[in-house]
Amino acid sequence: MSSEKTPEAHRVPRSLRDLRKTTLRSFAVGFFVAGLLLLGFVTVRDQEREGGLPRLLRASHELGGKAWSRLFDPARSPPIRGAPPGARTRLNGSLGLKSPIDLRAWRLRVYVEDKLVLTLNQDEIRWLPRTDTATEFYCVEGWSTHFSYAGVRFSEFLKAFGLSERHSYVGFETPDGEYSVSLDMQSMLHPQTLLAYEMNERPLSLEHGAPLRLVVPVKYGFKSLKRIGLIRLSDIRPKDYWAERGYDWHSGL
Amino acid sequence: MGIRLKHSRPIRWSHWLNVPILGLMFWSGHLIYWANDVYLSAPATVYETLGIDHRLAEGIAWHFFVQWLFIINGIFYVVTVAVTGHWRELLPGKGAAREAWLVLLHDLRLRREAPPESGKFNGAQKIAYSGIIVCGAGSVLTGYAIHKPVQLGWLTSLLGGYDSAHQIHYWLAMSYAVFFVIHVTQVAKAGWNNFRSMITGYEFRKDA
Repeated sequence: MSSEKTPEAHRVPRSLRDLRKTTLRSFAVGFFVAGLLLLGFVTVRDQEREGGLPRLLRASHELGGKAWSRLFDPARSPPIRGAPPGARTRLNGSLGLKSPIDLRAWRLRVYVEDKLVLTLNQDEIRWLPRTDTATEFYCVEGWSTHFSYAGVRFSEFLKAFGLSERHSYVGFETPDGEYSVSLDMQSMLHPQTLLAYEMNERPLSLEHGAPLRLVVPVKYGFKSLKRIGLIRLSDIRPKDYWAERGYDWHSGL
Repeated sequence: MGIRLKHSRPIRWSHWLNVPILGLMFWSGHLIYWANDVYLSAPATVYETLGIDHRLAEGIAWHFFVQWLFIINGIFYVVTVAVTGHWRELLPGKGAAREAWLVLLHDLRLRREAPPESGKFNGAQKIAYSGIIVCGAGSVLTGYAIHKPVQLGWLTSLLGGYDSAHQIHYWLAMSYAVFFVIHVTQVAKAGWNNFRSMITGYEFRKDA
């Protein structure tokens, strides 16, 4: 027996005929709401797409990303976990790596908005202050791996060439332009974010992004672009391959 | 005998809204799990026939949107249960485990007599309906441990790490599927009068 003494107790049906009426009414309300929910779902599903997602879902991702950006503790890092020297790290993704590359002719081009401000070769990058570190590394597919890596901290890269930290976004593209990522400056300034040329104490292999790759452990792995061709500092969000294909642009961890 | 209120309006709304909400979470969750080879336990053609392959981004988008509805509905339900005193009927007490065992034996037709009525819910129901709240909270916690393993690294660690959080999250989801099958079977067995009480709130009782 129910122990509730809610106002509903006054509206108890007094006969089976009343109960039948109540039942029909309840079913009608239920089916009406179910219809509304179905209509809502179909409306969202068929909405105009923004970056491969229905507008409401894209807005939901962006809102979540902005909210988390405010709440983020910039000092937090993933666990620092390396691998034995020369260990093979799990590989995923070959976008932008399919065309042949001449490592000695390779140059890193740095743009501020549309202006080319810097061109560097591999040696010039290796002269910059070197950082050795390691990280747990997460894939959007749900698995994680870990490796050690070495290169120049992005924050120190900016400092070395007098480039401003005050741009909102940093964009990266492979030399052939096939793959691109962009990130918020806050994540780029994280101490574990490196332009890397070594992994597991060996020079970067071609499949892992030689001669230079991005490693940004506070984001899903697909933001760590391999084989950097250009870097762009901008206040307009640069293009991002997976964000155009339905993934959350923020993807912060 | 007469007609009595068995389930209040907040309880009924929360219960039925959870059907599409949890359904969407379960479906979108599978779009996500398809992408992780740890969980692929069926041949590729099964997923393709169900149409859930290659839709990771879509799965993530729906999952992260509907989770708000799941959390709000869950909090609404727990607060309702606490504030109305309904928890007294839900929480299993001292004899609940033994009663649940007797209920199980009776349901499997291994014991002729049903255990005597001990309230709105029998021991097995109390354990199941209280346990499912804990599971729901567990899904939210493991979900966030997976979603923010850096910012909520302490939580991810507490759950045994990234992979462990994933496993717990997955098995909790599977437990909802098992719960659903048993629950729907029991509801069907309990008959129209009982089912109607979760629609209208009222049941007809010969002893009321």
